[in-house]
Order: sequence, then structure tokens, then C-alpha cells
Amino acid sequence: MYDLKALYEATSVQNAVELRLEHPEAQIIAGGSDVLVQMREGKRAGKELISIYGLDELRGVSIDESGNIRIGSLTSFSHITRDPIIQKYINVLGEAVDMVGGPQIRNIGTIGGNTCNGVTSADSASTLHAWEAIVELTGKNGVRRLPIKDFYIKAGQVDIRVEDGEIQTAILIPKASYENTFGHYIKYAMRNAMDIATLGCSVNVRLSKDKKTIERARIAYGVAGPVPMRAPHAEAVANGQALSLDLIDRFGLAVLDDINPRDSWRASKAFRQHIAVEMAKRCLFTSIQLAGGEL
Amino acid sequence: MAQYKLIRCTINGEPVERMIDVRASLTDMLRNDFHLTSVKKGCEVGECGACNVLIDGEAFNSCIYLAAWADGKSIRTLESLTGPNGELSDIQQAFLDEAAIQCGFCTPGFLMTAVEILETKKLYTRDELRKLLSGHLCRCTGYENILNAVEKTMKRRLGVPAE
Repeated sequence: MYDLKALYEATSVQNAVELRLEHPEAQIIAGGSDVLVQMREGKRAGKELISIYGLDELRGVSIDESGNIRIGSLTSFSHITRDPIIQKYINVLGEAVDMVGGPQIRNIGTIGGNTCNGVTSADSASTLHAWEAIVELTGKNGVRRLPIKDFYIKAGQVDIRVEDGEIQTAILIPKASYENTFGHYIKYAMRNAMDIATLGCSVNVRLSKDKKTIERARIAYGVAGPVPMRAPHAEAVANGQALSLDLIDRFGLAVLDDINPRDSWRASKAFRQHIAVEMAKRCLFTSIQLAGGEL
Repeated sequence: MAQYKLIRCTINGEPVERMIDVRASLTDMLRNDFHLTSVKKGCEVGECGACNVLIDGEAFNSCIYLAAWADGKSIRTLESLTGPNGELSDIQQAFLDEAAIQCGFCTPGFLMTAVEILETKKLYTRDELRKLLSGHLCRCTGYENILNAVEKTMKRRLGVPAE
């Protein structure tokens, strides 16, 4: 038995918004692999829950009228990994969420829950930052869309307006972001399964037509600071430059101007800085290869 | 105030209906209301996999799944694998033959994930199987015999010769 005060099950997005306005103290629960565990630990004990898990309209991946990839917030990690649209246009996201927890967690865990949690270690978050995802929120005033970097406010806190009854309804990957773009994610953790990243790094590149120059490189980290973050100095080093191994080295070192990891029981700051450089280099190398570039 | 919800679902092929306390996990419901004690209470935080069951064909840790969500779902537990007179299924027999069981606590959870894997009818490599089974903890066997049992059953079902 869970120590929950009341359970309100939303029957539609509109109903979820109404429930949220009616019960502003209540916690939204999607798949529950974080919320229920925290409730068991006593952190959220005695709370009311608004369950949106039954809203099938928030499941699935599609391409909208503007060509953006639309991922319903309740789409589970395993369904993202297996989705043909994801595999074709942004396979790295499917690979990244295939490193969350273990198989059963990937069947229940949702991309909406992973991001609404606001934790820096979320395996989806660095890739979503690196691909400039847009978060869609639905509330009493309709739909609000904001870039994922603005969605994260601080550790454990995201920009969801409870007073407007907002819930996250989708994550969008803009067409300009995914076209001709190839990426790679590395999760550094102590175990291969059921572990939280010591550091996560996601890189993607778009090469020139002749595959000799990097048109656009983007890189983002999880656990390199209190929230997932891009590394703009490193991107500036690579953008518009001819492919070379030396460029990859300089790209890797430049991330140290951007990231701000901390000492924690999982790893020291110095160790995280060390692997951040190495992971940036390896991710860029693999991304260039996936894009058809030769090194 | 206790809060209740009427659940209609299918458990091991049987349509059932039950009034449940909304605070119950699916583990609570399956064990207490339906006496399906193959569903083990282990860590109760979704880490060990002992409570794993199939819901609409996918593996879920029932300890972190609200019983209220079971409405309209088809749930399968280990009890569904045996025949009418208690005959073992091929995957259960393989666990015995390969000594993939010692204390047995993790076994029902492993078996239901194995069923999910086998029902995809795909041929996986040893490394892929290792990843697919990684949501279960076993403190006795060292995992190798469990991998052997699943791999051999997979190959037997697909008609692929064992090495």
C-alpha cells in the first residue's frame, strides 16, 4: 500500500488541467517510477496524486504539419527506442533512453516524467538539449511552448505553472534541428544497468555537402552542473571548421570552459572534468562517422 | 477516508472484477486479492524485478504500478505458464535443467521477462539477452545459468541449433 491521500485519475488533458487547478497541492504522476519510489521513501508520503498515466492521447511519436517530430509526453522509453520515426531521424535519442534503468523501468518510464523531474542526470535530457527540443505545456490558457533550456530552472525545478493548471503534453524536435544531423550519446556509469549517470554527453553534427566541414556541432551534458547544459565554447570551436583529429582534441578541451561539475559521492569534480573531455571527443568522432565524414 | 475503485481486467486469461483500495500497488492486488504469490515483494522500489509481471505483453515491476491502472489491462503472472495439471512450460523446464534456480525468489520475475523476450520470436545474441534480462537481481546463481536457460529455449523455439 502506498501512503497516498487521494488519487485523481484524469480522463483527458482538459480534465487533467481542471484537476490541477482544483488540487494545486497534488503531485502529477505519469509512469510513477520516480514519484512512487519517492512516496515509498517517505518524501512524498501522504500526498494527493493526479494520475495522467491513462491518457493514451499523450502516447506516440509523429511528425506534425511543420515537419517537427512530436513525442507525446507519456511515450515510454522502450517505445521511443523502437519507434521508426525516432530511428530514422534522431536515433541517438532512442539509444540514450535505452540506457535508463533496466528493461522494466524503460517500459513504465516516460520522457515527460524524465524531464519534468528536473534532474540533471536524466538520460534523455542531454540529447534533448543538444537537439534544441521544445517543451509543450498545456494549461487553462491553452498551449505554451518553450525551449528545453528555459524549461529547466534549477535542480529539481522546471517551468511548469501549477497556477495555470499546466501539464507537459509533448516534446518537439524542430525540423531545422534534426535535418541531416547525426548524433551520439555516451553514458558513463559504474554499472551497465540500473545505474544513474556519473556523466552523460550527447553530441550531434551536420556536415557540409562534401562531408569535409562541420556546419553545425552541438553538445550537451547531464551531471556537468545542477541542470543539463550545452557547451557553447566547444560548439564555437567546431562550427565551420574542416574535419581533423586536431579539431576533435580542441573541441574536447573547450568543454572545460563551459561545464561546472561538482564533487559528489559518485565521483569527484576532477574525475568528471577528465571524462567530460574524453566523452566529448569520442561523441564527436562517432557523430562525424555517422554523418559520413572521414577522419 | 479510504478510496476505492472498481477494476475490470483480465488476469491469466480470466476476466475479473474487483473493488480495490487506490493505495494498493499491483503487487498488493495480485498477492492479496488473487493469491498469485509468484509475484514476490522484494525491494518494492522497482530495482530487483522480483514482482515483474506482463501487462498487455510488456514486462513491468508491479510494485511501482498502481493497482488502479490495471483497469482494462491483460495481466499475466508465472501461474499462467503451467498447464492444467501443473505441467511445466519449456522455459520453466529449462530453468530446472540448467540449474538456473537456487533460492527461487527471483525466478518468477526472470521467467516473465523471459516470456516477453521469447514472444518477440527474435534471435538475440548473448549480449543482447544479458541487457534484456538486466532488470533482475539474483544473489544465488551468478546469472550465467539463467542466461543459458533463456538462450537455449530461444534457440529451441526458433529451430536454431544450440552451439
